[in-house]
Amino acid sequence: MPAFTPPPLPSNDNRWKIVNGTMRKNGFARHALIETLHTVQSAFGCLDDDSIRFVAQSLRVPLSQAYGVVTFYHYFSLKPPGKHTATVCAGTACYIKGSDKLMVAAEKRLGISRGQTTSNGQISLMTARCVGACSRAPVVMCDGEVVGEMTSEQMLNQLERWAVE
Amino acid sequence: MTIEELEQVAKSVCQEYGKYDFEVNVCMDLACVSQGSDKLREALEKAAESSGKKVLVRRTGCMGPCSSGPLVRVDPEEILYHHVNAGHAKAIVKSLGGKPVPALQCDLNEHFDKQVRVVLENAGHIDPEKIDDYIARDGYKALLTVLTEMMPNGVIHRITESGLRGRGGGGYPTGLKWGTVAKAAGDVKYVVCNGDEGDPGAFMDRSVMEGDPHRVIEGMAIAAYAVGASKGFIYVRAEYPVAVSRLTTAIREARRRGLLGNGICNTPFNFDVEIRLGAGAFVCGEETALLASIEGKRGAPRPRPPYPAVSGLFGKPTLINNVETFANIAPIVRNGGKWFANMGSERSKGTKVFALTGKISNTGLVEVPMGIKLREIIEVIGGGVPDGHTFKAVQTGGPSGGCIPAEMLDLGVSYDALMAVGSIMGSGGMIVMDDTSCMVNVAKFFVEFCMTESCGKCIPCRAGTAQMYTLLSRICSASGTMEDLDLLVSLCETIKETSLCGLGQTAPNPVLSTLKYFRNEYIEHIQHKRCPAGVCLMDATAPVAVPAEVLA
Repeated sequence: MPAFTPPPLPSNDNRWKIVNGTMRKNGFARHALIETLHTVQSAFGCLDDDSIRFVAQSLRVPLSQAYGVVTFYHYFSLKPPGKHTATVCAGTACYIKGSDKLMVAAEKRLGISRGQTTSNGQISLMTARCVGACSRAPVVMCDGEVVGEMTSEQMLNQLERWAVE
Repeated sequence: MTIEELEQVAKSVCQEYGKYDFEVNVCMDLACVSQGSDKLREALEKAAESSGKKVLVRRTGCMGPCSSGPLVRVDPEEILYHHVNAGHAKAIVKSLGGKPVPALQCDLNEHFDKQVRVVLENAGHIDPEKIDDYIARDGYKALLTVLTEMMPNGVIHRITESGLRGRGGGGYPTGLKWGTVAKAAGDVKYVVCNGDEGDPGAFMDRSVMEGDPHRVIEGMAIAAYAVGASKGFIYVRAEYPVAVSRLTTAIREARRRGLLGNGICNTPFNFDVEIRLGAGAFVCGEETALLASIEGKRGAPRPRPPYPAVSGLFGKPTLINNVETFANIAPIVRNGGKWFANMGSERSKGTKVFALTGKISNTGLVEVPMGIKLREIIEVIGGGVPDGHTFKAVQTGGPSGGCIPAEMLDLGVSYDALMAVGSIMGSGGMIVMDDTSCMVNVAKFFVEFCMTESCGKCIPCRAGTAQMYTLLSRICSASGTMEDLDLLVSLCETIKETSLCGLGQTAPNPVLSTLKYFRNEYIEHIQHKRCPAGVCLMDATAPVAVPAEVLA
């Protein structure tokens, strides 16, 4: 049986080397699929067809399985995120303290629904299943930074700032 | 590393810290950081430097009462300051050696008096990124004692004797589980730590992993020795980046010290740990789904038996325990099984960490002995419901648990007692609700959660939760009927009986428990078309739509 040669990198983009590094570290084992997809998403911001195909071929995983994994887990995204991201925590403690009202206010202001990005690519509005800061509920992650005890007013101000930045 | 070397390290750390007259501990847990404790620490360091006093500023894990954050504790006097910001740094440093700053002092004696700290004994006392801090507080002593003085059977016996039960929620006796894996045939075995804390409203595992990561690693290593494994995995949610980085640092440091790797403590015992990232799927908290996820597959559970103890990760015997369970191991080994068994109630031993959140004054992490009354947790430790509202219910066990009404607050907290009232212990989330919370809406929230988190493998869970959601939505939008209520109950029973894994089997719990204790709220919604708490919109024109991707 001829030795397996991984497929060539999709482009000259250096980020592919990081992706390859993760796979090499795991010996191109099939069980490294999720780890590798994490690396792709943190390097590129999302997973597109090319990257899924590349990872699947490199790890000798059927395309269907790779796509199945990508769509199964909420953390993986097939769409590129906006310039800024507001992630409203939808955990129980946040819900009890009114995170759904925050969400509705934000949706109304941006004219999009949860999980979408504004048409100019400025702001993405996401939900998270509990970020673990329940004691500060309701929590919104503004570009990765945890903001606790958020009010609708603060939320709208933040969106206002992001709309122009 | 040998025990002598370990003691040497502990001694030199104590000498090192002995140089300082004061220790200023700053809580750097997520909740405190979100209130500016990182800036506070910088300011304290600057103030300490310019004051000329011998002050050590240390970052620590969660101290507990997050609602009073950012928290600072000054040792050796053990003065706790709350709501501290960077502007207070100078005053705090100035007060060292004299009178404490009265404006910042907090009176949480009642909050702490009722607590017994086993899992959280180091939280707020050590720098989680320094292995030496952990060693100075008897860290890794249990592991080295086990390796040099005990047989694997002896370790299992001690854990069995302690009466420790799985802290992930199932409550399966830990000693029994270890014994099964130890007896399973095979050269290759695995130890897996379940850090996929998907239960929304619970964050104790995050705090333990972030505040005291070595404790988890030590527990896993002891377990590996007891069951005969040489490889471990910690499965952590991707939503907890800080926990991942702290664990990575901890594993690196432990390897460097020879506490992980080959020939630990000059014995033939080898053990190493790898971190695996979750990717946001609640069902991966179920053990067979978690194993599938570690193998790089979709997190779909499979029927048991065979149990993971016989055929688990990559088909090998696998021990799976929760973060908190592993965190209990080192103290049990150090202090003996009887010590642990003396705490707690008849069939639930030891202590349990709860994440107290929702409509309560002191939100945060508390660790209490099992058997303590719910009333004590909520009214004394939690400080009661704020803003003049009245207590309505406490929700335990997350989406798999139930709501416990005010009449039952004198219930002692234990696995069996909570099960008997239709809830479960779960991983330890405790969400307090007051008169502004609608119980029907809460049930709908949990059902929606289970509906979107169902992996779709078995029909009762996939289709059943969607139908439950439709019924509850109808009730919440003034178009429900009394027949819907009966349908809901029979649907709940079917889902409970026929689902493949724990997610489906427990998904009806929030509905059944609210129906049992708050039936009048359901009836109010249906017959009088009003929501007593004023939460539901009761808009009959609103479309009751189940997202297409769920029904597809």
